[in-house]
Amino acid sequence: MSFLEYAPAPESTAILNLKDSYGLFIDGEFVAGHGEPFATISPATEKHIAEIANADANDVDTAVRAARRAYDRTWSKLSGADRGKYLFRIARLVQERARELAVAESLDNGKPIKESRDVDIPLVAAWFFYYAGWADKLDYAGLGAAPRALGVAAQVIPWNFPLLMLAWKIAPALAAGNTVVLKPAETTPLSALLFAEILQQAELPAGVVNILTGAGDTGQALVQHPDVNKVAFTGSTAVGRAIAKSVAGTGKKLTLELGGKAANIVFDDAPIDQAIEGIVNGIFFNQGHVCCAGSRLLVQENIHDDVVERLKQRLSTLRLGDPLDKNTDIGAINSAEQLERIRELSDIGEAEGAERWTADCAIPENGFWFAPTIFDNVSTSSRIAREEIFGPVLSVLTFRTPAEAISKANNTPYGLSAGIWSDKGSKILAVADELKAGVIWANTFNRFDPASPFGGFKESGYGREGGRHGLAAYLQNSRLEPVETKGVRK
Amino acid sequence: MTINTPVALASDGRALSVLGGDLTERSLRLHLEGLSGVDAVGLEQRAADLGTRSIKTSSKAWALDRIIELIDLTTLEGADTPGKVRSLVAKALTPDASDPTTPRVAAVCVYGDMVPYAVAALGSAGINVAAVATAFPSGRASLRVKLADTADAVAAGADEIDMVIDRGAFLSGRYGQVFDDIVAVKEACRRDNGSYAHLKVILETGELNTYDNVRRASWLAILAGADFIKTSTGKVAPAATLPVTLLMLEVVRDWHRLTGERIGVKPAGGIRTSKDAIKYLVTVAETAGEEWLQPHLFRFGASSLLNDVLLQRQKITTGHYSGPDYVTVD
Repeated sequence: MSFLEYAPAPESTAILNLKDSYGLFIDGEFVAGHGEPFATISPATEKHIAEIANADANDVDTAVRAARRAYDRTWSKLSGADRGKYLFRIARLVQERARELAVAESLDNGKPIKESRDVDIPLVAAWFFYYAGWADKLDYAGLGAAPRALGVAAQVIPWNFPLLMLAWKIAPALAAGNTVVLKPAETTPLSALLFAEILQQAELPAGVVNILTGAGDTGQALVQHPDVNKVAFTGSTAVGRAIAKSVAGTGKKLTLELGGKAANIVFDDAPIDQAIEGIVNGIFFNQGHVCCAGSRLLVQENIHDDVVERLKQRLSTLRLGDPLDKNTDIGAINSAEQLERIRELSDIGEAEGAERWTADCAIPENGFWFAPTIFDNVSTSSRIAREEIFGPVLSVLTFRTPAEAISKANNTPYGLSAGIWSDKGSKILAVADELKAGVIWANTFNRFDPASPFGGFKESGYGREGGRHGLAAYLQNSRLEPVETKGVRK
Repeated sequence: MTINTPVALASDGRALSVLGGDLTERSLRLHLEGLSGVDAVGLEQRAADLGTRSIKTSSKAWALDRIIELIDLTTLEGADTPGKVRSLVAKALTPDASDPTTPRVAAVCVYGDMVPYAVAALGSAGINVAAVATAFPSGRASLRVKLADTADAVAAGADEIDMVIDRGAFLSGRYGQVFDDIVAVKEACRRDNGSYAHLKVILETGELNTYDNVRRASWLAILAGADFIKTSTGKVAPAATLPVTLLMLEVVRDWHRLTGERIGVKPAGGIRTSKDAIKYLVTVAETAGEEWLQPHLFRFGASSLLNDVLLQRQKITTGHYSGPDYVTVD
């Protein structure tokens, strides 16, 4: 028996107390939707999880009106300290129900339980704790004295980190004094609905947060609703562009966090074993469903062969399989549609002459799976070096000098993140200075912290989430941006 | 400075074959200082990740038995007596009197003057006797004394020698001196019939302080002919840690890739529970490979670990936990 064939250690789903069907969360209650309900399935087994309500334009309108009412009557009247109390309460409830949320997330999204348990859910709690602390300190956010909330925020989030993206959106919005209507992704609504239950548990005033499930048309109705003051979107660049057009000229504030094609630059003086781990974490974390994934490996030519060999050896030890198993490193691809896109782009990569290598691992019969794949000898003009694949596919390119590394790294329409691996601090700082990317990691990758702003250059979007900068997306400077005010400001 | 004659004899020319013909202090330094650096945060993160692997049921039963087979059951006290050593040997021979299926440990590890008692008590049981030598634990003695210490233990029947490197020389950059010492001690491990006692080289990672130093010292020891690289004496804190062991396993993995030769790794000191020991097994298997989980390639230097493993073993056999009174003190 091989010692490494660890006995299955699945996290039990018994901890979940799921309903057969979920309504829309509007004004503090679950209500029926008026669109055609849809099913959410587990991408690892294709098994049905629950039936989910579908919000139509009328439901969107009801939700926005509830949010407006809550803003006018309750939330904008509360002191920052009181808003903070609700956020602290939410953060603690997330921690208390962490295991349950982690299981739900892995079940619905397909990500390995070790990631939802050790990364996603702890960060969700951290985000609420962090912004809870800001709620009564907005005077110090760098936006002048007594900055004001915007009003109702419409938020649309993706399926790759369902609950974490929800936290990134809701926590700063509420801390700044806004109310929220949020739409989770069609394929991953489950954790947002459990979060709605947490809001009920926390006795958050009705209407402060409303959660609408549905597909693209629901999201479109939401961002185009005339009574929202703020639109925040995380997702593909194509949809982001459409939103930017529809919002143009309306006076709605907009933040977009879109795609990426990050360069992970490995110099020949890098701490090599840690760099290998970082490359693996950079692209295979969350099956590569990460907008800031290090999908372009730029490796210095003189260590290329060594790095690729070590990488292949390391990838051979990754475990692909049941997302609920604690030993799983690579889970399921989120949807059949996404799997199709990954396959299509990989085939194009092969057709364009890149050298394909796929880790030898057993693929389960049901569900959506894609084994970790490396493309070597990729040229900068290849589509797999240009387009976001959003899957466990790494393109390997080489460079000879730091100047070439910088120019290749920046040669992309995107600019969300980048990684630098070197033992030499001065080189790291000099290269980081030249990279056009919002987040640059040195000797690490895919690390997130609520205190650190996150966002992109160029087609990767605008605005920042996280940190003090993240508050600016949900506040207006009361001196520089006069708004119609009734009565005396508190 | 050219390293003197013993160098050419170094362990069938390991260093010569890797560094080339002009083996000098300078070429040795260039090689060691040219090794890629270690990022401490990344190394510790990887070690922590390996520590979260879940082992269940059949794997765990296998792992517990294997841990016992990998233990160097150790007593290294100033107060050691022949009686204490005989008691240790009895424990090595029969770890758990209530369960004859319990495997035996790999070796008993004692001070040099206790070797004859350990050898006599073990008889032909097939358990090795390891002796710490070279002015263990500090190593602060002349080379002449260190060699005599080693030769003495080998003559008394020690199968394995655990030597310490001169950390002072290493930290002040006198790599050639450390190298020569190891080569000389290796020669002192030679028995009359031409065979050699196994040489484990203790780096005392707690005194080397940085991971970069640990990596360099690991390469240095291997180049000089070590059969095993060992973390610690157990007399300096911190002793073995998972990140340090992971790093040393990466070195032996790279050495194997380079030369096809397998070097052993021995974490020693501070590993007290089965749970911790299993994390080490996972780290070995996922770094160097499962073929390293054998007594000639991996050891635990430990004393209290054995009883915890026995308690866990009893739990698997009987279905319930007993307690410290159901395993013997040695």
